[in-house]
This record gives sequence, C-alpha cells and structure tokens, in this order.
Amino acid sequence: MSGSRKLLIICGMLLALWGMGFGLYYALFVEHQVLDKLGGSLATSFTEGAKGDLIASHGSLQTYADTQFDYVRSVDVHSHWIGFAMLLIVLGVAFDHLGFRESRRLLLAWLLVVGSVTFPLGVILQTLDRGIIPRAIAALGACLVIIALAATVLGFARTERN
Amino acid sequence: MTGMTTGESAIQFEATSPRRLLIIGGIALTVAGMIFGDFFAVFVLHQDANRISEGLIAVTDAVAAKDPVGVISNFTNIGGLLENRGTKVDAHVHVIDFGYLALLLALIQPYVAFAKRARRQLAVVFIVGATMLPVSVFLIHYVGLAHSPLTTIGWASILADLGGLLVVIACLGELAGLWRYIRGASDAIPADSSLKDRSWSCRALLIGGTLLVLAGFLQGARYAIADLSRDEANDREVLEEMLDRSAIAQELVGKDMEFAHKSVETYGTLQAEKAVKIAAHSHTIEFGLLAILLAFAQPFVFLSEKWRRRWVIIMLSGSVILPVFVLLEGQYPKWVRFIGGIADFGGLMVVVALIGMLVGVIRYSGLLETGESARA
Repeated sequence: MSGSRKLLIICGMLLALWGMGFGLYYALFVEHQVLDKLGGSLATSFTEGAKGDLIASHGSLQTYADTQFDYVRSVDVHSHWIGFAMLLIVLGVAFDHLGFRESRRLLLAWLLVVGSVTFPLGVILQTLDRGIIPRAIAALGACLVIIALAATVLGFARTERN
Repeated sequence: MTGMTTGESAIQFEATSPRRLLIIGGIALTVAGMIFGDFFAVFVLHQDANRISEGLIAVTDAVAAKDPVGVISNFTNIGGLLENRGTKVDAHVHVIDFGYLALLLALIQPYVAFAKRARRQLAVVFIVGATMLPVSVFLIHYVGLAHSPLTTIGWASILADLGGLLVVIACLGELAGLWRYIRGASDAIPADSSLKDRSWSCRALLIGGTLLVLAGFLQGARYAIADLSRDEANDREVLEEMLDRSAIAQELVGKDMEFAHKSVETYGTLQAEKAVKIAAHSHTIEFGLLAILLAFAQPFVFLSEKWRRRWVIIMLSGSVILPVFVLLEGQYPKWVRFIGGIADFGGLMVVVALIGMLVGVIRYSGLLETGESARA
C-alpha cells in the first residue's frame, strides 16, 4: 500500500473516530440541555410577549439566537468531520488511480488531511470566539480541501488520458 | 468483466460472500432511502411546513390575545410537528448513510483479516442494525411511549439504539480485522484486483464523483461566506418583528394581525431558502461519494458495457439535476412546483440507475452460481 493511501485511510479512520466521539460526547452531555434551552427560550420570549413584557421577551430571543448559533455549528462540525473522514477513506482507496507521482500524491493527501481537520476546527472555535481568527482557520481549511479536490479531479482525468 | 479473473471473483463474490451481501445490501439501502426521501418530500415536507406556519400564526394570535397558556400549547403542537419531520429526515439520512457505509465495508473486505464465516456474520449484523435503526426512528413519532418500560424513552427509540449498537459492533469487528491485516495476518486473504479496474464506467464515476464533491463543497463554502451570517441575523430579526407586531396588536381594538401574520410568512420563506441551500450542498456531496463508491462495484455489475455506461450517465446526470433544481426552487418561488418536479425527476434518475446496477450485481452472482462465463 502506497504512503499516500495509507495516510488517507488511517487519517480518515482516526477522523471518523474523532467525529463520532465528539458526536457522542455532544449528544450525551450537551445536546439535550441545548435543545431544552433553544425551545425554552423561544417559547419564553413569546410567553413574555403575551404578558406584555417586551424587554424580557427580547432578552429571551437573544438567548435563543445565541444558542442557535452554537448548536448549528456544533452539529455541522460533527457531520463535517465524519463526512470528511468518509471522503478521505474513499479517496484513499482510489488514490492509486491518480495520474501523478507518489510524491505529488502524498502532498495532495496531506492537503486533504490538514484541510479536513482545520476547516471544522475553525467552525467549532467560532462557538468560543466570534472574531476573525476562527473564521480564518475555517477559510484556510476550506481552501486546502478545494485545492486538493480540484487536483484530485485532474489526477483522475490524467489517468484516463494516459 | 475488467481486471479480475473469474477464479478470484468467485472466491470474493460467491453466494455466501460478505462482499456480495454488503454490495447488494448497500445499494438496496441507498435505493430504499432515496425512494423514502422522495415520498417524504412530496407527501410530508410541504404539508408539515404549512402546519408549522399555521402553528406560528396561532402563537402570534395568542400573544395578541395576552394568552401565555395558548402560546405554550401552540409551541407544544409545533414541537410535535418538528419531531414528526425530524424523525423522518433522520430515517432518510440514516438509511442512505448506512448504504454508503455498507459499500465502503464491501470495499475493504479483502483487508479484513478474519475467516469468511466471521466476516459474513459481521456483514449480517451490520445489515440487520442498519435496517433496524432507521425503521425504528421512523416509528418513534407513531409509537411514542406506548407499553414502554421507561418513562422518557419509547420502544421505538430503544430498538433504534439497539440497531445503532449492532452497527457499532459490526464496524468495531471490521476495524479489528483491519488491525489484524496491518499486523500481518493477511495470508488467508485473496489478492484484490477489483480496485485495479480501469473501465470507462469506473473512471467516469471516479471523475464525476470527485467533481460532484468539489462542486458541493464550493457551494457550501459560498453559502457559509455569503449567506449564513445574514440568514442568522434575518432569522432573529423576523422573529423579533413577529413578536413586536403581535404585542402592538394587544393594544388595538380590532386586533389587526395582518403584519404579524406577514412576518410568519417571511419567517417561513427564510427557513425554506435556508433548507434548499443546505439540501443542495449535502445532496451534491453525498451523490459524489456514492459515485466514487460505486466505481469500485463496477467489476461486479454483470451487464454489457453499453448498459453499464448508460446507468453511469443516468446516475451522474440525476446527481447534477437534483441539487441544481433544488437550489433553483429557492430562486424562483413562483415556479416551485415545476422546478421541484424536475428535482424529483433527478432523484428518480439516480434511483433507476442504482436499481439497474443492482440488477447487474445480482446477475453477476447468478453467473457465478450457474458457472456460466459468457457475458450477456
């Protein structure tokens, strides 16, 4: 088995385990509380509105928006890590079909692995800090994956021409 | 057949082989999940969205009537509707994902260093769990807590968890087999030449699949950069508007709720726009992954080259049509039925192509069993 294939398949499996572990932790210790907070804050905001207390109502709505912001990102990160893991494993199996030298394949494999880890990492960091750094990390990861995928398509096409 | 001798394929794909079970099971699960998704989109999704809108209108009316109990009661109804929709989406997603996982496990079978009997048992455990979980998730909304030994979780949830556990056990078993292979226990495993297939169908699926993943990823990145923050801000803004307009109506004699109801409509449109963007993103990537996985199943599709190419072209075309037209649904709301119909047709194309390939895989099994060697 070539180095690039090994890298993609092993990192893919590790990333899948990491993604599933994160999902399990989130489902067991965080999600139920978050969902309760999400539904509760929305219902409270309208209940307060019905009582005529618009200040409290808007406060609850802000809690709902903040909770929703974190929840969407946490669930996205879980599914993206597992999705990337599947992509790494599947591409790992197919990587010998690429019409590139092994050194280039290894470079592409590293780009895919680093991008697959950093993109969701940047997204989950946004739940801790809404500044520019987490966004930049996510954007960097996304760029790496895009470049690597575009090169992979080219590699498969080159095989065909060869 | 390309790149594989009949002797090798017979060892890897005879009637009781785990690989055959996983490929047939994987394609069948994916087809079932897609057909269920189509039915869900046509018969449940839109009707459910309308009921949720009606529930929100009732909530604004309760706010205007200064009725907090009414607000809670209507939110409880909305919660029930969301649970109904959520469990159906979960069932759809899990069946398809388990189908992909089955294909992936079929792919790695030559590297799972266990005796054939043990690998077959793992495959059976996986298929049983992969069927049990989504069926049970689908039933959660209907079974509820009836006859449950627990106070918060019903029988359907318990069976769903059991199905999930079976899938985890099967995957851990496959991992253990891979670990044994890496440690050198590979002498009993026949060499796998199905991965060396370079047929037109295999290459088209590899290139098309990777392009689809790339396109889906680009669309997702565009959504995250351009739309996500704006949509989240709009979400909060429209809810606030809905609330304020209902509160203003408390003081009006005629309780004119037109503006508050208009906000509910805007909120519904916003949710629909978000849903189609996310659906287009996830469907493009999932079809891409499916195409790459199916590339490796091509040596087991016993059909003439002409028919294999046809199914590949139909599958890839459907994989483009569905997400593109789902995306267009949000752009042209007036034409939503027509455009949605074309998107559903795209989904149907993928289903038909998958059934065509499944028939080829079953024919291939038949060929091995009858000992014939001629291609149809």
